[in-house]
Amino acid sequence: MIEINPFVILFAAIFTNNILLSNYLGMCSFLAVSREVKASWGLGFAVIFVMTVTTAINWLVYFYILVPTGMEHFWYIIFIVVIAAFVQLVEIVIEKISPILYVNLGIFLPLITVNCAILGASLFMIIRGYDFLQSIAYGFGAGVGWALAIVAMAGIRQRISRSPVPAPLEGAGIALIIAGLMSLAFMGFSGMIQVQ
Amino acid sequence: MAKSKTKKIFWNAFWTDNPVFRQILGICSTLAVTNLMVNTIIMDIGLIFVLIMSNVTVSLLRNVTPRRIRMMVQVLIIATYVILFDLALKAYLPDISKALGAYVGLIITNCIIMGRAEAFASSNKPYPAFIDGLASGLGYSVILLAIAIPREILGFGTIMKDTFLQVTLMPESFTKWIIMVMAPGAFFTLAIVIWIIRGWTGRSGEDKG
Repeated sequence: MIEINPFVILFAAIFTNNILLSNYLGMCSFLAVSREVKASWGLGFAVIFVMTVTTAINWLVYFYILVPTGMEHFWYIIFIVVIAAFVQLVEIVIEKISPILYVNLGIFLPLITVNCAILGASLFMIIRGYDFLQSIAYGFGAGVGWALAIVAMAGIRQRISRSPVPAPLEGAGIALIIAGLMSLAFMGFSGMIQVQ
Repeated sequence: MAKSKTKKIFWNAFWTDNPVFRQILGICSTLAVTNLMVNTIIMDIGLIFVLIMSNVTVSLLRNVTPRRIRMMVQVLIIATYVILFDLALKAYLPDISKALGAYVGLIITNCIIMGRAEAFASSNKPYPAFIDGLASGLGYSVILLAIAIPREILGFGTIMKDTFLQVTLMPESFTKWIIMVMAPGAFFTLAIVIWIIRGWTGRSGEDKG
């Protein structure tokens, strides 16, 4: 991809191309956890951190190990292994150095390994041909965008829980409708820049 | 294996515990491709293939897989079949492969496949695991098609666009609902499908995420 300022990519990843609201990634944990604002913050921060670091690692692994050895076809396996290993490592480190952080963040880490958004960010960065800095900006931006969406969603759902909702729509149904409305709102940003 | 038991496993996985509207699982990676029926069908085929194969493999290896690392083993099995499907798609249907892009790879993190491997295949024999994989995959595909059909009709005015089966349903003067083929359309359509099915079957209120 030709010279796009990493800051533009960062902005695009947060607003115009929100990984959750325009690419539908990370829906499972999004629907499950977005009932409480506090838990949403925890998961949101965990996603920002893991996504930023794994996109960076995966970029290095792809261009310095897979491409020279001609093993690009195995990228899915390698990426998922990198993500799983990194999450495991973080879990061990956090448990050792900061028990408080571990209590707050630790329970979300296993959820992250199967979060589609993490793998999705790594795949998108390769498909769109970002360079190293752009990839880090993209990983960080996508994480922030995801966190923003889940926290906003949790806030709305706390209010909704006291409103009369048609019985079959309770839970997931109404959450999806809210997600649709949020997605509409975020589309309002899309005129600002034309970058993926 | 008695026939009635096979039927029961099939029906459970296909309808009673339908992954999408009962458990709201695995909508992540596939919702994105429901704006065109042909993409949806290809994605469904891939998903069913991966689901069956990984279920059978996990089931065959269930007695030799160490308990502690079984998640990792399952992910590797799933990823292997996804790569096979991805390569086949690249070789025979390059256009669709390009249109689906990263979403084929994201089948790996589709919670349904992992969920079935963990919940069913890791404690059952290969044949029931095969039936379970087939039925969950079909149950999932039906819902995806139920989302894709209204989206394509309202968004493009056609059925099976870009294939030899293409049928134009709407007249020339029909104003296309662009919103239906963009991101919000998928959320709204899925919500409505869940609403209808839950209202119809009279069950509601729960979701496990």
